Amino acid sequence: MVDHAQQLADRVWHRYDRKERLIRYAVLLGTLMLVFWAVRDIDIFWPWVWDAPNQMSNLGARMWPPSAAGLSNILNALLETVHIATLATFLTIFLALPVAYIAAQNTTPNRACLWLGRFILVSSRSVNTIIWALLFVAIFGPGVLAGILAIVFRSIGFIGKLMGEAIEEIDRRPVEAMEATGASKAKVVAYAIVPQVMPAFFAIVILRWDINIRESTVLGLVGAGGIGVILQGAIDTFAWPTVATILIAIIILVLIGEAITSLLRSKVL
Amino acid sequence: MLEITNLVKRYGHNEAVLKGLDLKVEDNSVVSIVGASGAGKSTMLRCINRLVEPTSGSIKLNGAELVNVKGAELRRARRKIGMVFQGFNLLDRLTVMENVLAGRLGYVNLYQAISRRFPQADIERAFTLMERVGIAHYANKRADELSGGERQRVGVVRALMQEPELLLADEPTASLDPRTSEQIMILLQSLASELSLPVLINIHNVAQAKTYTERIVGLRHGKMIFDGLPADFNKDALDAIYGGIEAPDDAITEQPGAQAEEPRHDPV
Amino acid sequence: MTPSDSPSSPRTWKKPPFIANPVIRYGIFIVAAVYLVWAFGSLPFNWARISEGLPRAARIFSGGFPPSLERYELLITGFKESFQIAILATLLGVFLSIPFAVMAARNIAPIPIYVIGRAVIIISRSFHPVIVAILFVAAVGFGPLAGILTLTLYSIGFVGKLLAEEIEEIDWGQVEAMRAAGAGYIATLYYAVFPQILPRQVGLSMYQLDSNLRASAVVGIVGAGGIGGTLMNAFGRYDYDFAFAILLVIIAVILLSEGISGWVRKKIW
Repeated sequence: MVDHAQQLADRVWHRYDRKERLIRYAVLLGTLMLVFWAVRDIDIFWPWVWDAPNQMSNLGARMWPPSAAGLSNILNALLETVHIATLATFLTIFLALPVAYIAAQNTTPNRACLWLGRFILVSSRSVNTIIWALLFVAIFGPGVLAGILAIVFRSIGFIGKLMGEAIEEIDRRPVEAMEATGASKAKVVAYAIVPQVMPAFFAIVILRWDINIRESTVLGLVGAGGIGVILQGAIDTFAWPTVATILIAIIILVLIGEAITSLLRSKVL
Repeated sequence: MLEITNLVKRYGHNEAVLKGLDLKVEDNSVVSIVGASGAGKSTMLRCINRLVEPTSGSIKLNGAELVNVKGAELRRARRKIGMVFQGFNLLDRLTVMENVLAGRLGYVNLYQAISRRFPQADIERAFTLMERVGIAHYANKRADELSGGERQRVGVVRALMQEPELLLADEPTASLDPRTSEQIMILLQSLASELSLPVLINIHNVAQAKTYTERIVGLRHGKMIFDGLPADFNKDALDAIYGGIEAPDDAITEQPGAQAEEPRHDPV
Repeated sequence: MTPSDSPSSPRTWKKPPFIANPVIRYGIFIVAAVYLVWAFGSLPFNWARISEGLPRAARIFSGGFPPSLERYELLITGFKESFQIAILATLLGVFLSIPFAVMAARNIAPIPIYVIGRAVIIISRSFHPVIVAILFVAAVGFGPLAGILTLTLYSIGFVGKLLAEEIEEIDWGQVEAMRAAGAGYIATLYYAVFPQILPRQVGLSMYQLDSNLRASAVVGIVGAGGIGGTLMNAFGRYDYDFAFAILLVIIAVILLSEGISGWVRKKIW
C-alpha cells in the first residue's frame, strides 16, 4: 500500500516548481503586507467611503440635464485650448530638435553636450505639465502664456527623447557613404540623417499634439488658460449643469483630436 | 598613383589588424585585394579615405599625404577618393538623382546641398554617367525601389560624380546574385579604363578577381602575402591566403575562364 | 531611355516636391501661416503682467535656492500618502480593468456589453486625471479617497484599453478547444483567455504603478491628497525654497520608480 501511495505522490502535478512557488508566495505576501499597511495607515475617514457611491450619484443628479447656457463661452475656451496645444507643439519642435541632436550618442558633438542634452530631457520629463504650469503662473501671472510654456517645457522631454532614440537607431551606412564623399558634418546630417528620421518625426509630433490637447484641458485649473479656467469657475459656483456641458465638450474635443491624429498618421506614414 | 608605406592599424590594445602594409598602385590599373574575412581588407580600404584612422604609416595619393590631414583638408582629400560599398549605402528615402548628386557634396556649398540646387554642370554629368550605366530613366524614383544591381550602379555613379582620382570598392558584389555581380565587375573594369582611374577592389570571389582585374593582392592576418598577375595566382597562393581558414568553394571548383565566358557582354 | 533624356538639349533636374499638387502644397503653407497668426492674435496675452515676469522669476529662483528641507516631516507625510494612493489605486485599477477589458473585447463580448465597456474606457481615457480628481473632490471631499478613486478610474482606462486589445488578438484556437471540451463561458475565460493575457497584465501593473505614482503627485494640486497638495501649499505661501525641495525630491522619486519598474518589467517579460 505504501508503495502505491508513493506512486500516487509522484504523480501529483504542480503548475510551478518549488523555487518558483516560493518566489510567488513571497511576492504575494509582500504585496499583501504593503496593501494592508496602505489601507491601515492612509488618512481616510471610512464612513465617507461607504457613502461615496451615494455622493457620486447625488453629484451626477445635480449635473443632469447639462445646461446649454454659456455654450459660446465654452466653445471659445475650447478653441483657446486647441490654440495652446497647437502653438506649444509647434514651438516645441524648434527647441526639442537641437536637444535631441546633442542627446543622441551618434550625433552629439562631445560628452559634455551629451550629458547636457540628457539632463534637459530628464528634467523636462520628470516634471508634470501642471507643475510646470504652476511655476510659470507664478512667474508670468495667470494666462495662456504660462499654459503654452508649461506644455512646451513638458513636450521638449517627450519629443526630444523619442527623436534622440530615432537618431540613434538610424542606418549607419549612408552616413559612412556621405562622409566618404567629403561632405561636411552639416551636409551629412541633411542627407543621411534627416531623411531617415523624417517619418519618426511626424509620428512623434502628431502623437504629442494629441497628448497636448488632453493636457491643455487642465491647465486652467491652476490658472494657465484654456477650458480648465471656466471648468474651475463653474465648479466653484456650483453650476453643475454647466460643468456637465464642459465635460461633454472636453470628451468631444479629445475624440476629435484623436480622429485628426489617426487621419494625419495614415496620410503621412 | 597611390603609395601605401608601412601602414599599421590597431584597435585599442588588441593585436594589429594591419601589420605594416606596403602597396603601390599605378594610374589606371585595376587591383583586387583578396583575403579571408578579418584579414584586414576592409580596414585597409577605409584607412585610405580615413573612415578608419590608421595607427601609423603613410598613404600618399598623387604625392599628397593623406594620413594626418584634418578637417576641411581631409574633406578635400576625401572628395578625390570615390567609394563603392558592399551594402550600397544609398540614401534609401531619397531619389536616385539625389543619391547621385550626393557625390558632389564635397564641392557644393551648404545652401546648394540642402535646397538641392546643384550646378547645371553637375546635373549634366549625373545624367551622362547614369546613361552610361543605364539608370537615367530612374532619376526621380526612390532609391529603395530599385533592384540590387541597379542600386549598386547608383553607388558607382555617386562615387564617379566626385571626379575621383582613385576608386575604392569594398566587396561591391557580395550582396548581389552571381549574374549581376559579373555585370558590376565588368562595369568597374570598363569604367576604370575609360576614365583612366586606378581602382582598388576588395573581393571575396577569387574567380572574379582573376577575370576582371589586372593585379591581385592577397592579405592574410594583416600582412600582404601575394602580389602579382592573375595568371600567377595559383593553387599555392590560394592555400597561403585562405588555407586553414575557410574554403571559398567558388574559387577552387570553378574555372574562372569558363565562368566569365557567358556574361561577357556590355551590361548597359 | 525616354526622349527627355536626349543628350543634345541641356538637361535640367529639380527635386520632385514633397507634395505633388502645387495647389495643395502652397495651400498647406498658407493655411498653416494664417492659422499661426490667427491663433497668436486671438489668444489673450496680458503683456503688462508678462513683462513683470523676469524680475519675478529672479525673485522666485533666488527665493528657491538653496532648497530647504526644514519641514521634511510634511514632505514625508505627503510622499507616504502619494505612495499609498498609488498602490491602492493600482491594485483596484488593475483588478477592475479585467472585467471592463473583457466587456470591451469585440471577440468575446456581446454587442450591448461591448458598447458599455468601450464607453467606460473611452470616457476614463478622455479626461485628464486632474479633471477627474476635482470632480471626485467635489463628490467625496478633500483627501486621499478622491485621489484613489481618480487613479483607479485612470488605471481602468489605460490598462483596460491595452488589455482589451490583447484579448482581441488572442489565439482563438485555444478558446475553441475549451468550448469543444464542453467548458462554460467563465471556464473558457479562465483557461483559454486569461493565461494568454496574464503575463502582459503583470508587466502592465508595474507600468501603471509607476505612472500612478507620477499622477498622484499632481492630483494633489486640486486637493486629492498626496505630495501635490504639499507642493501647492508651499507655492501658495510663497515658500519657494521648500517648494523647490519638494520638486527635486519628486523628480528623484520618479526617476527611481521609473528605473525599478523598468527593471521589474524586463525581469518578467
